[in-house]
Amino acid sequence: MGRIVLDRVKKNFEQVTVIPPLDLEINDGEFVVFVGPSGCGKSTLLRLIAGLEDVTQGTISIDGNDATDVPPAKRGLAMVFQSYALYPHMSVRKNIAFPLRMAKLDKAEQDKRVEQAADVLNLTDYLDRRPGQLSGGQRQRVAIGRAIVREPAAFLFDEPLSNLDAALRVGMRLEISELHKRLETTMIYVTHDQVEAMTMADKIVVLHAGVIEQVGSPLELYRSPRNKFVAGFIGSPKMNFLAGEEAGKLNADTVGIRPEHIRASASEGDWVGRVGVSEHLGSDTFFHVHVEDWPQPVTVRAGGEVEMYHGDTIYLTPDPERIHRFDAQGLRLG
Amino acid sequence: MARAVSTQQKTINTVLAWAIGLLIFFPILWTILTSFKTEAQAINDPPLFLFFDWTLENYAIVQERSDYMRFLWNSVIIAGGSTIVGIIIAVPAAWSMAFVPSKRTKDILLWMLSTKMLPAVGVLYPINLIFIQLGLLDTRTGLVIIMMLINLPIIVWMLYTYFREIPGEILEAARMDGAGLRDEILYVLTPMAIPGIASTILLNFILAWNEAFWTLNLTAAKAGPLTAFIASYSSPEGLFFAKLSAASTMAIAPILILGWFSQKQLVRGLTFGAVK
Repeated sequence: MGRIVLDRVKKNFEQVTVIPPLDLEINDGEFVVFVGPSGCGKSTLLRLIAGLEDVTQGTISIDGNDATDVPPAKRGLAMVFQSYALYPHMSVRKNIAFPLRMAKLDKAEQDKRVEQAADVLNLTDYLDRRPGQLSGGQRQRVAIGRAIVREPAAFLFDEPLSNLDAALRVGMRLEISELHKRLETTMIYVTHDQVEAMTMADKIVVLHAGVIEQVGSPLELYRSPRNKFVAGFIGSPKMNFLAGEEAGKLNADTVGIRPEHIRASASEGDWVGRVGVSEHLGSDTFFHVHVEDWPQPVTVRAGGEVEMYHGDTIYLTPDPERIHRFDAQGLRLG
Repeated sequence: MARAVSTQQKTINTVLAWAIGLLIFFPILWTILTSFKTEAQAINDPPLFLFFDWTLENYAIVQERSDYMRFLWNSVIIAGGSTIVGIIIAVPAAWSMAFVPSKRTKDILLWMLSTKMLPAVGVLYPINLIFIQLGLLDTRTGLVIIMMLINLPIIVWMLYTYFREIPGEILEAARMDGAGLRDEILYVLTPMAIPGIASTILLNFILAWNEAFWTLNLTAAKAGPLTAFIASYSSPEGLFFAKLSAASTMAIAPILILGWFSQKQLVRGLTFGAVK
């Protein structure tokens, strides 16, 4: 079980409020991702749930029990840190067994569970090594192994993949997702990478300056972002924002349109512009198009093998169904 | 080519390091050599390096005249005792400053270090008076206390820098893994801090062993350690270079052997904390 409820939780560091009162419900078995730019309070929020930081106000309950003043050791949560935080003086086996040793499980049971976890994480051959003798990916697995052996109410991940190289990151992302499918335990995952958020989450919590901007499934956030911040943060490349005349036509302060919802053509379209930078990825092509009198270039996604280059004239047509309208406060209209 | 240059550089570095090492070691070597000469040979001009009549008579005389073992034992008690007491006080102090720092932690550390900036002789008179009042003059207890106090700032600083190196996330991980404060200290912090604590102990022991100002000024016949033993041979009444050298060699021998065996720890201790 792992249902976590935050009720009017507030956090101050000295005089500075980093998280104004905030409510959040995380259901049992959910994979929840906290995402936001650095300094948005996502790690602080995770640490509040972990008990590594004290809440200034409000309550946190885990499975219906008030855990606000319960020390981290007694909350029944497991955490995977960005730096892995393995015990350097212990072998992999002892690292993974540590939470079981703290829980005073008998030796045979400890060994059994460590073997199981090692098997799941492909660590069986490394059990007698020290963390210092492992690669980054292996260390990350040990950290995950240490978290899963004790069968916690929920897993907390604090940017666990940011120290890995790009290829390894994609692999570990899949492994963590698979682990979640298998264990069906609540997972709370903090990242600044919206791709990780989109690919892994059942539910994404977008944070900005300590405030929850929106909570929803990846596609909900993609289809109907509640405000300009979420619209710009979710999706890659970023949504294009147009103000002024174009927005005025649609009775909005600003309109947003995603690069993939603009059709590019060499011959006809609503807008005409010139290709600035063109990025040919093979599967897709991204054009940065300069339209006369517009302050910023428009990013457009086109098919993989469209042969248009710097300086070419290009015609753009937005999909009218997919235009997002925002008012002067940046809130979604309609 | 880059390889050739680096090999050449390496050779130069090695030669230079040996030259500096020998230069620093030379007075000790000279002392040891002199201890095997007769008094006449010891003051020979030009100085004799290796070709003289090697003799052990100085050692015999020194041993006969003064009780080496008693001085040695005093040194062990004073250096060892002050180190143990110092560590017992310094570990919790450094611990709390490293892991639960307050706004004033840096100031406290600096203030502690500032006591080392005062010349020792500046407080000789008051300390002497206090020792007389408390009946600590020429007692090992008195010296253990003063030696401990003198080195305490250095021990705290060294341990503080060691503890600071232990990443906070590892301690948090232990907490998340269900470790209480006792488990955290016993199974995670202490094993990780042991190399630091060990080299601190070693360095402190050596500092206390070699300390000469207070040991000479606060002791007489009873509690005098090896520094007093050496000093007793540098008398103004005549030149006893050979005997003085023999006494010095006997005094530094134990610490030299200890240092030799714990070189690795010591070097780490000296370079790591960047304290001394």
